[in-house]
Amino acid sequence: MSNDIKHFLRRNVREVATLAIILAIVVFVNARSGGAFLTPRNISDMFTESAILIIITMGMMMVIITTGIDLSIGAIMALSGMISTTVLSAHMSLDPMIIIGIAVAVGLVAGTINGALVAYLGILPIIATLGTMNVFRGLTYLVSGGSWNLQKNMSREFMNVAIGTKFGLNNMILIALVVVVAAHLFMNKYRAGRRIYAVGDSESSAAISGIKAKRVKLMAYAILGALSGLGGVLYVCKYAAAQGETAMGYEMNVIAACVLGGVAITGGSGKVIGAALGAILLGILNNALPLLRISPFWQEAIRGLIVLVSIIANVIISLNVTKRSLERRAL
Amino acid sequence: MNDAPKNPGPKNPGLKNPGPKNPGPMKPGPTNQAPNNQAPTSPAPNGGSQAPLAQRQILDAVAFDPKRFFLRWEWLLVVLLLAVNLINSNLSPNYLVWSNIMDAIRIYADKMILIFPMMMIILIGDIDISVASTMALSGVLMGVSHAAGLPMPLAMVLALLVGAICGTINGLILAKYQELAAMIVTLSTMIIYRGVASVILEDRAAGAFPDWFSHIGWGSLFGLPVILVFFFLETAVFIWVIHYTAYGRSLYALGNNAEAARYSGIDSKRVKVSLFAIMGVFASIAAIFLASKMGSVRPSMAKGYELDVIAMVVLGGVSTSGGQGRVIGVFIAAFIIGFLRYGLGLINVPSPTILVLIGCLLIVAASIPNLKNLLARRAKAVPQPSPSTKVTTSQADG
Repeated sequence: MSNDIKHFLRRNVREVATLAIILAIVVFVNARSGGAFLTPRNISDMFTESAILIIITMGMMMVIITTGIDLSIGAIMALSGMISTTVLSAHMSLDPMIIIGIAVAVGLVAGTINGALVAYLGILPIIATLGTMNVFRGLTYLVSGGSWNLQKNMSREFMNVAIGTKFGLNNMILIALVVVVAAHLFMNKYRAGRRIYAVGDSESSAAISGIKAKRVKLMAYAILGALSGLGGVLYVCKYAAAQGETAMGYEMNVIAACVLGGVAITGGSGKVIGAALGAILLGILNNALPLLRISPFWQEAIRGLIVLVSIIANVIISLNVTKRSLERRAL
Repeated sequence: MNDAPKNPGPKNPGLKNPGPKNPGPMKPGPTNQAPNNQAPTSPAPNGGSQAPLAQRQILDAVAFDPKRFFLRWEWLLVVLLLAVNLINSNLSPNYLVWSNIMDAIRIYADKMILIFPMMMIILIGDIDISVASTMALSGVLMGVSHAAGLPMPLAMVLALLVGAICGTINGLILAKYQELAAMIVTLSTMIIYRGVASVILEDRAAGAFPDWFSHIGWGSLFGLPVILVFFFLETAVFIWVIHYTAYGRSLYALGNNAEAARYSGIDSKRVKVSLFAIMGVFASIAAIFLASKMGSVRPSMAKGYELDVIAMVVLGGVSTSGGQGRVIGVFIAAFIIGFLRYGLGLINVPSPTILVLIGCLLIVAASIPNLKNLLARRAKAVPQPSPSTKVTTSQADG
């Protein structure tokens, strides 16, 4: 029994470490803020706040596992949010699900473009998505003509998506939960998900064993695009505003969440649970720093420092793991 | 194999055969050849080790070949630059007005200052996205220290120092932990540096610079904006550094094959730290110019510069996987994007459209070399699918 636990710990050292850090922060902040942190309401708020981040982190994790990266997330969010709410303002009676469907479709198309550029034209991911970031952001302005879609352009049913609850949980939390569970099943139980790991580990050996590496890459970017579309429409719904600058720089949050969650930027490794924990950790930090009365001007610097420390810790951990396994082999 | 004395040389039309262009002393002596077993791609006739330095042939110094010369990426950029200017000057009568052009450059040039250090970093296959934050931090510290009573020249020195420190931190982290991707490290320092800047100055601005300081950004030298003169000087220096020094050559070596470069004695860690330090210094120089033009500094200054700078470098033909690209290409690319923005702005094209156009330009520029390779491979695949020839030709392209 204890052997099992040891085995489990060794296999999931990163995830357990992330969880421990989260718990430490929670206990610390709760003590310092006089119990204002661990109230059901605050916890619910916290998860509602990080829901969008969690959703998109799932997609980004897949792309990073294929050794890629996507900088156009914020722009895709803005574009899909803008297009879907523009449709909504023209047809107020449309069902919110259709609006969300439109946003996801827009994101899917955008993500597929990214994937095609990376997989089939062979452009480096960072450059290709840097270019499409400009394109999508520009298209957002062109679609909106510079104007904003505000509350008056949105129907009550649509606004309720972000506010409403089901089974006592906020809708956003439920959606995030569904996405995480689906991503976990996809990455661990389905052939397509396992192929993502294979391609990220070694593209050439994956190709030799009969995996169509390009198609797998395209799929990862398309999924990320669709999830960004979903995140974008939820973002717009939550803040009741779609504009040209919506979610500017959001990609950095998402990448940081992946890195915090132990997704190796060199590809091939990273777990769904870890990435989700990384996103939650980032969300908790966003929530905890104001509760500790830390000036908002300090928050950015602290967040950056935490990301930096965690990536360095990640490297040290993985170096130790390899060293130890080498030592074991030598004996 | 011993075909050297009789055969006039390898039969393939002299793409890489530098024979006729060799300097005199080489010619009379085809007799001194040891059995020349080298591959036909490198017909260096002398054994190499004993020859005096002047005669020794540098294998990657390719002889002048008109066909290759005119198929270079840079010529495409020249054509593009001319096209941009032609179209723009047809669209607007105000385009080719000297003072307008100079004003546009004055506004745009602080980004151009950053392109060559960034190019060097991309040459070794890394990237630095913290430049804009470094600019903000050094600019803010300059403003704050001046407001606290430090004389302006000293404040400027302080800014340079801060830039150098920021860059060195990036470089040291990357050199210490080689497994970390530069993208991620500079992503987090990007957040940290701008975060520190906003801790220092919160949401205020610092200004009240002395009068002479504004001349750095707005003044002219020899009828050109100071900033443009500086840029030209910088270009000259970087042409020398990148193309004519051992340091510059080592960047290409590191970018092409870091492992091999290390074995041939290049201290990759030192190179990395120095590159990022240089980047930091130039970021603070750009910050000084920007602060001088704006008359004040604030933590949000220069946001998003890193993307424009990277776009210019990539358009200039520098491969982001490292080891490829020339200063002159980047130089032209900077002016292409600058003139494009200026001309389109002059005829009131909305800035989102410009954004889309520049994004498309970047994608097209990045995909052209790949398309070329793809087509070449497809054409070659039919008669002779030999991997070794593919490798040599693609390397000779660089």
